[in-house]
Amino acid sequence: MSLPMTAAQVLDREYLELRAKVLELAASLDRLDRGDGSVVDDPRLRKVRAGLELLLRDDASRAERIQLLFSRDYDAGWRQAFGLPPAEPGG
Amino acid sequence: MDYIDPHIHMVSRTTDDYETLAKMGCVALSEPAFWAGFDRGSAESFRDYFRQLTEFEPKRAAQFGIQHFTWLCINAKEAENVSLSREVIAMIPEFLAAPNVLGIGEIGLNKNTRNESIIFLEHLDLAVKHSQQILIHTPHLEDKYQGTRMILDMLCGDSRIERHRVLVDHVEEHTVRPVLEAGFWAGMTLYPVTKCTPQRAADIIEMYGPERLMANSAGDWGPSKPTAVPDLILELRRRGHSESLIRRVVYDNPLEFFRQSRQFAFTPRSG
Ligand SMILES: [Zn+2]
Repeated sequence: MSLPMTAAQVLDREYLELRAKVLELAASLDRLDRGDGSVVDDPRLRKVRAGLELLLRDDASRAERIQLLFSRDYDAGWRQAFGLPPAEPGG
Repeated sequence: MDYIDPHIHMVSRTTDDYETLAKMGCVALSEPAFWAGFDRGSAESFRDYFRQLTEFEPKRAAQFGIQHFTWLCINAKEAENVSLSREVIAMIPEFLAAPNVLGIGEIGLNKNTRNESIIFLEHLDLAVKHSQQILIHTPHLEDKYQGTRMILDMLCGDSRIERHRVLVDHVEEHTVRPVLEAGFWAGMTLYPVTKCTPQRAADIIEMYGPERLMANSAGDWGPSKPTAVPDLILELRRRGHSESLIRRVVYDNPLEFFRQSRQFAFTPRSG
């Protein structure tokens, strides 16, 4: 199963959309700068910055990585932490 | 193209929406029980809701040639109230023989709490005891990854669960792989803002293939688009995918999954 379009065809189709999305991001970040006060230490903004850095990586799992970046951590010991009986052995 | 929406909340949509869905090619849909936008006051309120899902909605859908199926449970948000949840779970068997009931759903987690987990496990037990299929809601946004992993832990921790009879819904880029790899069905929800767009759903189909993968609109009382599945059909067509691939995701797969429910009686459109 793969994408039936070439990379060039994808770019032809999505170039204006990509340009518009980058511009929206730029304008949002400018707006943050123009607002009174500072949010540089806000963890949400730190995540946004980390997300922007992920976009520049050369691999095809950017969407998955961005999703994980904005996710709470999973702890395999959650059942015990909740005081729930463990799953049946071998289950 | 005829299609099936496996997850849509028609009680909160208008009769005009049924007409639009029919015009777009929707021939069947399944409606999991969920939250009403506010917490219900009593188990009797759920009894009325289950009557609406099993008696009234099928008739409303039939006016437009759409076959209506449903799933019953108390949703994850209200599951925080354990005593109410237990009353509702005790009442569900009264409705399991209704002709349009496919199973237990949409059970799941919302904020990934202890109470939600307890009620999730009790729903699993109910489903197993009555040999029901299961439809699962996974949480949104930052809670999705953690909640999906917890749900998979609970499902895989119970050897009585038949994985090919469980649909895990609202999967996205970071949760689809563990769901499919564990042998469950996965549903992608096309929803404005908080979930997946038709473009990203098409990407996921390209990356994972169509096996055990479906798409739904989850149309409800919030900002949502009941005709989102046709949007995905159009996106896949624009990318040059075959009609047989598209049909598999939006028609054949839901049928294959639903057919495992004893009560599923579907009449395809003639011709
Ligand atoms: Zn739903």
